[in-house]
Amino acid sequence: MARLLVGAGGISVVVAILLIFLYFLYVVLPLFKPANAQAVASYTLPGADAGRTLHLAMEEQTEIAVRFTADGKAVFFHLSDGQVISEETLPLPKGVEITAFSAIDLHHEAVAYGFSDGTALVVRHSYQVTFPDDKRVITPRLEYPLGTRPIVVDDNRAALKKLAVQSGDDETTLAAATADGRLLLVNLAREESFNDEDEAGLERTVALMAEEAGDVRYLLLDQERIKVYAIDAQNELSFYDVRDKQAPELLHRIFLVEKGKEITAVQFLTGDISLLVGDSSGAVVQWFPVRDERGNHNLTRIRSFKTFRAPITALAIERGRKGFYAADRSGHVGIFNTTGERTLLKARVASEAIRQLVVAPRANAMLAEDKEGQLHFWHVHNEHPEVSWSSLWGKVWYESYEKPAYVWQSTSASNDFEPKLSLVPISFGTIKAAFYAMLVAMPLSILGAIYTAYFMSTRMRQVVKPSIEIMAALPTVILGFLAGLWLAPFLEKNLPGIFTLLFLLPPGIVLVAFLWSQLPGKVRHAIPDGWEAVLLIPAVLLISWGALAASPGIEQVFFGGNMRTWLTNEMGIDFDQRNALVVGLAMGFAVIPNIFSIAEDAIFGVPKHLSNGSLALGATPWQTMWRVVLLTASPGIFSAIMIGLGRAVGETMIVLMATGNTPVIDFSIFQGLRTLSANIAVEMPESEVNSTHYRVLFLAALVLFLFTFIVNTIAELVRQHLRKKYSSL
Amino acid sequence: MAMRKFTKWYQSGAPWVWLSAGAVSICLLMVFGILLLIVMRGMGYFWPGELVQLTYRDGAQETVLVGEFQEHEQVPAAQLRAAGIELPAEQKTVQRHLFKVGNRDVLGQDFRWLLDTHITAKHYPAELVVLERREWGNFYGYLKAIKRDGNVVAEGEAAYRELSGRLDGALKLHGEIRTIEKQQIGAINYSLERLRLDRRVLELEGEDTPEALAELEQERLALEERYKTLQTSLVTLYQESKHDGVVMQDANGQEKEILLSQVVRVYQPNAMSVIDKCRHYLTKVWEFVTDEPREANTEGGIFPAIFGTVVMVMIMTVFVTPLGVIAAVYLREYARQGALTRTVRIAVNNLAGVPSIVYGVFGLGFFVYFLGGSIDQLFFPEALPAPTFGTPGLLWSSLTLALLTLPVVIVATEEGLSRIPRSVREGSLALGATKAETLWRIVLPMASPALMTGLILAVARAAGEVAPLMLVGVVKLAPALPLDMNAPYLHLDRKLMHLGFHVFDVGFQSPNVEAARPLVYATALLLVVVIVVLNLLAIYIRNRLREKYRTLEG
Repeated sequence: MARLLVGAGGISVVVAILLIFLYFLYVVLPLFKPANAQAVASYTLPGADAGRTLHLAMEEQTEIAVRFTADGKAVFFHLSDGQVISEETLPLPKGVEITAFSAIDLHHEAVAYGFSDGTALVVRHSYQVTFPDDKRVITPRLEYPLGTRPIVVDDNRAALKKLAVQSGDDETTLAAATADGRLLLVNLAREESFNDEDEAGLERTVALMAEEAGDVRYLLLDQERIKVYAIDAQNELSFYDVRDKQAPELLHRIFLVEKGKEITAVQFLTGDISLLVGDSSGAVVQWFPVRDERGNHNLTRIRSFKTFRAPITALAIERGRKGFYAADRSGHVGIFNTTGERTLLKARVASEAIRQLVVAPRANAMLAEDKEGQLHFWHVHNEHPEVSWSSLWGKVWYESYEKPAYVWQSTSASNDFEPKLSLVPISFGTIKAAFYAMLVAMPLSILGAIYTAYFMSTRMRQVVKPSIEIMAALPTVILGFLAGLWLAPFLEKNLPGIFTLLFLLPPGIVLVAFLWSQLPGKVRHAIPDGWEAVLLIPAVLLISWGALAASPGIEQVFFGGNMRTWLTNEMGIDFDQRNALVVGLAMGFAVIPNIFSIAEDAIFGVPKHLSNGSLALGATPWQTMWRVVLLTASPGIFSAIMIGLGRAVGETMIVLMATGNTPVIDFSIFQGLRTLSANIAVEMPESEVNSTHYRVLFLAALVLFLFTFIVNTIAELVRQHLRKKYSSL
Repeated sequence: MAMRKFTKWYQSGAPWVWLSAGAVSICLLMVFGILLLIVMRGMGYFWPGELVQLTYRDGAQETVLVGEFQEHEQVPAAQLRAAGIELPAEQKTVQRHLFKVGNRDVLGQDFRWLLDTHITAKHYPAELVVLERREWGNFYGYLKAIKRDGNVVAEGEAAYRELSGRLDGALKLHGEIRTIEKQQIGAINYSLERLRLDRRVLELEGEDTPEALAELEQERLALEERYKTLQTSLVTLYQESKHDGVVMQDANGQEKEILLSQVVRVYQPNAMSVIDKCRHYLTKVWEFVTDEPREANTEGGIFPAIFGTVVMVMIMTVFVTPLGVIAAVYLREYARQGALTRTVRIAVNNLAGVPSIVYGVFGLGFFVYFLGGSIDQLFFPEALPAPTFGTPGLLWSSLTLALLTLPVVIVATEEGLSRIPRSVREGSLALGATKAETLWRIVLPMASPALMTGLILAVARAAGEVAPLMLVGVVKLAPALPLDMNAPYLHLDRKLMHLGFHVFDVGFQSPNVEAARPLVYATALLLVVVIVVLNLLAIYIRNRLREKYRTLEG
């Protein structure tokens, strides 16, 4: 009975430990899962007699979709079965033909029609959600934000061939290519009048972007309304700066695809910074403007996705993240993410070429129309597309960056923000902090352990060992507090003194020791062997005091009165008050007892007959120490260092409080850093459960967990091996 | 000659021995230096500093300031000259003081940096008074008069004598107000919230019959009735507390009236004798340990943080003791000592080295969101979408720390078990006891000091751990203690305050770091004392234990 109870209890504790590891995997693994998609429904084109589809759109709950047609009609239908809800005819002026069409942007859910008389009409589709009898009912309707009367775009009344429209808070901008080859920019600003219901209260300006723009095939205007891209039949893109609506400026022209290929689909990525270009070879290429040294913005080829062989026929973008869907002539649809450079899924959605493709607002469904007029409605599960091995550990060329970089920036106020989840800067910070901490801790703790285990008198050892071990128990929050609020300002003020101290201390100690050895024997024997450390305490204090007292003088003579400004101005080294030096000292202090305690045990455990033999053969104590004892104990010291390293890597509070927590990659001792652990402590409470950010933070914790676990296991195995060896000696 | 001596000495290897001795000295100096720093800064916080009235000349302007010196530093004169400050040509460095001027409501900030050369006169008038206030920090100045309802009651010398009696009255009133607000009204609010949830339960279970609802409504009305009576008595108390006020004069001669209900303590530091100061010191220490925080934790006491830490650690002990003991007994006494057990032992050992933040992440994900979320779904559907256990809280903090300290307890207990001589066990078995009886009656009692050592170390570690708690349940200011007079008395779902987090929060995230720093040192001192004492205790027990078994073996 007791056996069973204890057995069950014991095993459950062991299982609990395993559970930690498994739970981490359970949270982290979904990050790397590809997307999956299932066909839900397929039906013939709803309201087929309303004309050819120009644009498809879905509302947020993926219940209703809308189809805007070439005959100027809007057909609303149920997504599940294709049943038509309503068919509305747009108020077209008499005697005009539809010559241009543009989907405005996915956030305002609007489209624009251009007509043969140089006018245009903007239509918005919106959905009202009501809950009669606790059941959700969605009612679609059309709105005309700029009025039902078409806006005059071209004063010459030439037919509009291509159209691009974007609306801001009080302004609407239209770019249009006319049939006679002109490129126009029209801006409508709401006038500041008190009767703003007045329709005539729009101030209209027209500017000519190009007199002879050629055969414009694609025309795009971004949502900030600062740039226009016009792509002509020769695959050449013209990049216009339209910040000044009255004086647009051609920035540069560039060929987007090589000779022999043809552009077959063009779309902005969410945020309208990147341009996606699909071509006849089946590749999709991402371009965005990159600033060069002279401050010019040049459209640059960033990366390409080549999954298809057949020409790309349609591109659709996800809302709120940098992903897109591409369809090709063979009926395949691929799901991609630009930041993660991932191809998440490739599925054959239709047996024919796909003509139209749209992604649901929540990126959980897609709707495709094929050449034969068949609609295909699919559900999509695609939770974490932006995370990949390359986006976590490689350089990524983020939008608006001048070159590929390692960046950690997980959140921002903007909706179209591209999360930058590179673990490299924070891993680097972890290694940097651990490196400087070990630099401080290793010499002190190992030398200290050597002395304490081998040279120190027994009585003193009984006091010294527990005192240093109590250091390990000091809460790190207190060390961090002292490091951040006391040590950091102190170091900043006494920088030259601290460096003098570092260089002065070893020779100073040797000098004091030498002088002591020259004293008459009577004085020397007053203090027995093994008490040197006590003797040195006043010496160390004196040297420290001297170095610190000399600090202002040194600063005056060598650094022009202020070493900090000297560093910044003369050496070009940036100086943070809370820097790696502070972390190195504070965390070094925290790690010393760990290394000291284990190393001391290892050295003390070396069998006495070994050292006695060496001494008997005439070796000096130090030779015995160095050649015999240390050699035997070296695996133990190695394991002590490993355990110290494990602690330095995982320490949270000290780095959190003693650094500025800036995720920069810079090995300078005067710069701050951010470590994996501090990053978790700072960001975890604010991250949304099961979001990508949350899982990436779990991944960071898993990395820490595995690293320390492996390091500690190696240390432990080495130690056990050593113990066996000692017992055989 | 000296060179030859040195070479000879060098060849003996002595410099290296001395260098390694130096490393020990440096380590010792660092440990005791840090402890000393914390002790000095932490203890100094409560000592009433002398109030200085000084004349400060800044350019042509002369101002009179009253306050306390906090810190001093030497600044190179060149640096100040570069900033456009005129100094005598021969001066190399200037002493600069951090001067606490208080009176934040009048002056806008608590502290000023003063240059020693610009101070033209210093006095220490005995009549200077410190008013510790509930808001706006200390007020430094002269006591002019005491007023009641706008009429002067006492003036000048007599005012200070009159003050102490009236202040006692005001403090008593404040105590009554606090009792009503915190305890009585708090209890009513708690009951009202329970009633709301009861009603929601009825609705969810479809048992919201009119009778049942009417019953609840009746209870609610009764509570509201009680609330109203309390409210009226509160209003009278508040009015009463507004009668008494003091008129203070600040350094510039401006007068300011302060209500006595806003005052916590009054004293004249310059007129105090050493014994007075000692008494003052002790009351301040007492206040620090037993009182609630004021002014966003930067003043007053840290009682909720102490209480939170203690409760959390105690609950953690309840979890970790049985688990640790059973695991250790299993590993040492029952499991077959093979490769698997050795692997498990190494794994357990290594868990002690896993960074604490990793446990925090696990606790947040597994305990709070997964377990807590499920518990809410099953047992507290009435409160949803507001989470009950699906949010960081006391229970999850304790569990996370229990997991974190489990390896410590297992390792210590195992060590204790392994030290028990075989002969003792065999003796018991030979006398006819079963293995379970031997374990329960002989082995465990003998191993209990080792278990105690492990537990003490676990408690010491848990008390100082902050990083995981930041994720699973610690807040800067908890509205209520986790233990109170409302059933079920111990509220495991509440958030808690913690000494270590208090240090982090007040030291780094408070808007007025300069003013809060002494308090942080005091908190840090308390924490260090607790942890060092616990560790020394553990070391003592371990040593005694070793002695005991040595005699047994012999």
